[in-house]
Amino acid sequence: MLSYAFRRLLSTIPVLWIAVTACFFVLRLAPGGPFDGERSLPPAILQNLAAHYNLDKPLIQQYFYYVSDLLKGDLGPSFTSEDFNVAQQIMVGLPYTFTLGMTAFVLAIVIGVAVGCLGALYQNKMPDYVLGAMILVGVVFPNFLIAPILQLVFGIQLAWLPVGGWGDGSLKFLVLPVVVMALPHAGRISRITRGSMIEVMNQNFIRTAKAKGIGPRLTVMRHALKPAMMPVVSYLGPAASYLLTGSLVVESIFGLPGIGRYFINAALNRDYGMVLGTVIFYMVLIVFLNLIVDIAYAWLDPKVRNR
Amino acid sequence: MILNPAKRELLAAELLEAEGLSPEGRSLTKDAMRRLCRNKAAVVSIVVLALLILAAFIGPYLIPHNYEDPDWAAFRAPPSWEDGHYFGTDPNGRDLLARVLYGTRVSLAVAFVATLVSVVIGVLYGAISGYFGGRLDSIMMRFVDIMYALPYILFVILLMVIFGRNVYLLFAAIGALEWLTMARIVRGQTLSLKNREFIEAARASGQKPLKIITKHIIPNLVGPVVIFAALTVPEIIATESFLSYLGFGVQEPLTSLGTLIAEGTDAMESMPWLLVFPAIFLVSLLLSLLFIGDGLRDAFDPKDR
Repeated sequence: MLSYAFRRLLSTIPVLWIAVTACFFVLRLAPGGPFDGERSLPPAILQNLAAHYNLDKPLIQQYFYYVSDLLKGDLGPSFTSEDFNVAQQIMVGLPYTFTLGMTAFVLAIVIGVAVGCLGALYQNKMPDYVLGAMILVGVVFPNFLIAPILQLVFGIQLAWLPVGGWGDGSLKFLVLPVVVMALPHAGRISRITRGSMIEVMNQNFIRTAKAKGIGPRLTVMRHALKPAMMPVVSYLGPAASYLLTGSLVVESIFGLPGIGRYFINAALNRDYGMVLGTVIFYMVLIVFLNLIVDIAYAWLDPKVRNR
Repeated sequence: MILNPAKRELLAAELLEAEGLSPEGRSLTKDAMRRLCRNKAAVVSIVVLALLILAAFIGPYLIPHNYEDPDWAAFRAPPSWEDGHYFGTDPNGRDLLARVLYGTRVSLAVAFVATLVSVVIGVLYGAISGYFGGRLDSIMMRFVDIMYALPYILFVILLMVIFGRNVYLLFAAIGALEWLTMARIVRGQTLSLKNREFIEAARASGQKPLKIITKHIIPNLVGPVVIFAALTVPEIIATESFLSYLGFGVQEPLTSLGTLIAEGTDAMESMPWLLVFPAIFLVSLLLSLLFIGDGLRDAFDPKDR
């Protein structure tokens, strides 16, 4: 188990290196830059700016500077904000994005697994149809459509919940964004759970459990749930990455001060330093989430471990 | 019980029909099409999709207004039958119906081209990787694994930031990043195909590997590729709308459903029609594509039935 985890950890290094290198060169080879604004700056100032951000050095040298800074945890300067560098801005946004993402992640898993199990146990009955409807809503209504509808209904018409913003960070500010983020994933997770649960329930060891006279609840909880969870666990890696892209929209719509909003603003303002830093940060996050998911998977399935 | 021969024949045919058999053999495709036609949701979806496509490509010629010229007499006009703005107008006085139809057209075009790009890359990549196998296969598939681990939407945003909001680039960028699953599916199919006798025969007759891939392997992949492509289309439309919503999509005066929804969201309290109509179009488009894709998969894949 430990050696598997270690091997998996080692294999993330080339992934991250390729990702960082690709992002760096794609951004640096791009035409245009953060300093071509509407009013053109005098050449002397441009030269100073370029020197300040090391942009006048050869590309390969810039790359080495960047990577060595990166290894020290420095994501470089932001080209538009003088007071904060990229790492500082990310640190400011991180708690919000983290709270939001984790809450949505847990909520999606809990709802998805519960609804999926119900759907499998009551195949083609009421709970199953509710499940079907949920999946459809999650898949067909993109989050940028659900969010304004919920804002309109619960924020404005009923006035139960705040329309947006973080406020004092209390629960009522979290409800709408978290629901919007969790809903599509709850749908997908419940579909996966339903499928694998049906498959597991038809297997011999479940028949044995039933034959021994164990009640349906115990059969599911003790025998069926763990093997049925495997496809769900393997979905969690991609789910984390989808959640993250979802947070880009959700943070913009609800006006939350997370990393997603910094990223969108930076991208629209062509703040390459910030874009590069945020993308790299996101990728490290996702690669590590995938790592955790893989290790969890190996823990659930001994066959994977020994491969 | 003795029946006259004609009646016995009829009865036998009915029995066979009831079991899904018929005296003449049916091909796999015909069988699948039959199953597809029996799937009510899929049939309705095909009709809806056909109507949407017709509306998007012919509709603009039949309505009195055009998608980019403002109507100086009607700013922020609610939907009305009298002045020909059936869906109302936006804050710039442009006819919403025309814009929605145009946006649908852009979304469909993006979906079509991006799916094509993803199919071409995915099929070639998967077939080559599966056919040659060995070290090449493990390197190529490792690369796919790496790409999977990365949040690809960030890459698309990165590309859009760098190269401007060019519609063609949008096509290519989305397509170039959606091919991963396609490559995996095609590789799996190729692995099972490449040991079959007809491939062996082709090899024995001295054909070059690339020719075997294009002439013998790829034609046999059509089924799964079509099914998966059908499932990719709604995803691409959703992605395109997502990018347009964030402001990385097509540029004014061109529009797409995502852009329209973004504009509608800003004004949803005072001008709800700006949100409602594009939303209806997007949702029915996604819904019908989803049902068609699912229907195709169920019709072709006996395991899922």
